[in-house]
Amino acid sequence: MAYSDKVLDHFKNPRNVGTLNKEDKNVGTGLVGAPECGDVMRLQIEVDEETKVIKDAKFKTFGCGSAIASSSLATEWLKGKTVDEALSIDNMDIVEELALPPVKIHCSVLAEDAIKSAIKDYQEKNGVA
Amino acid sequence: MANKLIYLDNNATTPTDPRVVEAMVPYFYQHPGNAASRSHPFGWAAEEAVDTAREQIANLIGADSKEIIFTSGATESDNLAIKGVYEMYARKGNHIITCTTEHKAVLDTCHKIEKQGGEVTYLEVKRDGLIDLAELEAAIKDNTILVSIMFANNETGVIQPMKEIGQICAKHGVLLMSDMTQAVGKIPVDVKELGIHLAAFTAHKMYGPKGVGALFVNRKKPRVKVTAQLDGGGHERGMRSGTLNVPGIVGFGKAAQIAKEEMDQDAKRLSVLRDKLENGLLQLEESVINGNTEYRMPHVTNISFKHVEGEGLMMTFNQNIAVSSGSACTSASLEPSYVLKALGLGDDLAHSSIRFSLGRFTTEEEVDFAIDAVSKGVNHMRDLSPIWEMYKDGVDLESIEWSEH
Ligand SMILES: Cc1ncc(COP(=O)(O)O)c(C=O)c1O
Repeated sequence: MAYSDKVLDHFKNPRNVGTLNKEDKNVGTGLVGAPECGDVMRLQIEVDEETKVIKDAKFKTFGCGSAIASSSLATEWLKGKTVDEALSIDNMDIVEELALPPVKIHCSVLAEDAIKSAIKDYQEKNGVA
Repeated sequence: MANKLIYLDNNATTPTDPRVVEAMVPYFYQHPGNAASRSHPFGWAAEEAVDTAREQIANLIGADSKEIIFTSGATESDNLAIKGVYEMYARKGNHIITCTTEHKAVLDTCHKIEKQGGEVTYLEVKRDGLIDLAELEAAIKDNTILVSIMFANNETGVIQPMKEIGQICAKHGVLLMSDMTQAVGKIPVDVKELGIHLAAFTAHKMYGPKGVGALFVNRKKPRVKVTAQLDGGGHERGMRSGTLNVPGIVGFGKAAQIAKEEMDQDAKRLSVLRDKLENGLLQLEESVINGNTEYRMPHVTNISFKHVEGEGLMMTFNQNIAVSSGSACTSASLEPSYVLKALGLGDDLAHSSIRFSLGRFTTEEEVDFAIDAVSKGVNHMRDLSPIWEMYKDGVDLESIEWSEH
């Protein structure tokens, strides 16, 4: 199976790899997937207290090229969005942008789960229901 | 070097040796005959070429040329052997013993036999991939007609104790079939000495062409028969109908002849290169060899690089190096390698495995390049891996509640 140019680009030059302080009140962390399933994504967002805009996003992913590309793309998309805007990111947007084949759709689903889970963590920390 | 594609996937298939190709060429146009055409020189030339190949192949495995049945490959040979014995020996019994690390051509054939009312025992393997001989012996019953155990495993290269297995089968009067696909032409195999009654193998794993294989069927003490699975003109002593693939068979024969002459030197050279590759890669932290390292094919190593996913890892170097992974992402099923799981590896380690299989055309320069590229790839993937980070931070990965998906 050949990979799309965009997957290859994100894979070779992953954006926003790293770790934010998960104890920080303004940081939300999502850890999804399982080693037994072959994918684990950890996605983190740092939200500006005043504006509620996501000012930083970082990821680390254990997985195939498409999983890495999906999470790398997600961090790019998250930066600059408000938390509410971020909630509207749909996995099919990722599929389209990266031209993922059907067998790799689960990578985009996992990326969406990671986004939702990071936001939920942030909201729980900050008492937002 | 950087632009050259290095092939370390010789267990999937081998390149056809140029000497084999050269031997085959005349049999496409110059000598186009059907080996079954008994009435003219075209047919005679084809038949003679097939006879020569049959000798060369029989000679490689210590058989008589009359004991070689040509097929389209090991898959067909496995099917013919197992289904053929099951049908032919129905009056004697309906129980077959095999093991969980066999190739799908054996396992799925056995599953089908179960659906048809047969009984199959799947022996488990030990942590190192070897079967337990006592368990094998204990599994043999009055209605057992066949034991089918592969010679060498395609994923790990682990070699089963065929001689001891042969002795157990002989003692109990049970037929022994072996899928010898990965062993023939690479290590010495003598079916008579090992007490093997049926053996499947294929040309394209030993520097011959694709689409041609053989089934060895013992003719004396005991005289083994299999029920044909393809009906037609009655070729191959009635066991496999269909016009013989003359150029393919000629190539198979040539490949067998070369293997017989060069196997020892190839194996010696490749085991040195394999050890170099393996030792180089084991320098990486948290990397482990899968399967027994003493009873193992000389050109194969299967390594798990912990906390790195195999397909992702391959993507870091697959512009330059071709290997295989036990990762689920490389298969349609989304299940990681059943062979590695049978060895007791967790799914996570199976996902992290890479099989390197060297071959006759592998050079030391290529191995050096591979050590470097794979090491860089593993380090790159670990920099990206959240589980590697947790492992390094001393987090107990077992304690985490993963969200299964
Ligand atoms: C152990 C084993 N058996 C059978 C086969 C099938 O061989 P063929 O491709 O000739 O049908 C293979 C190759 O994939 C193999 O490794």
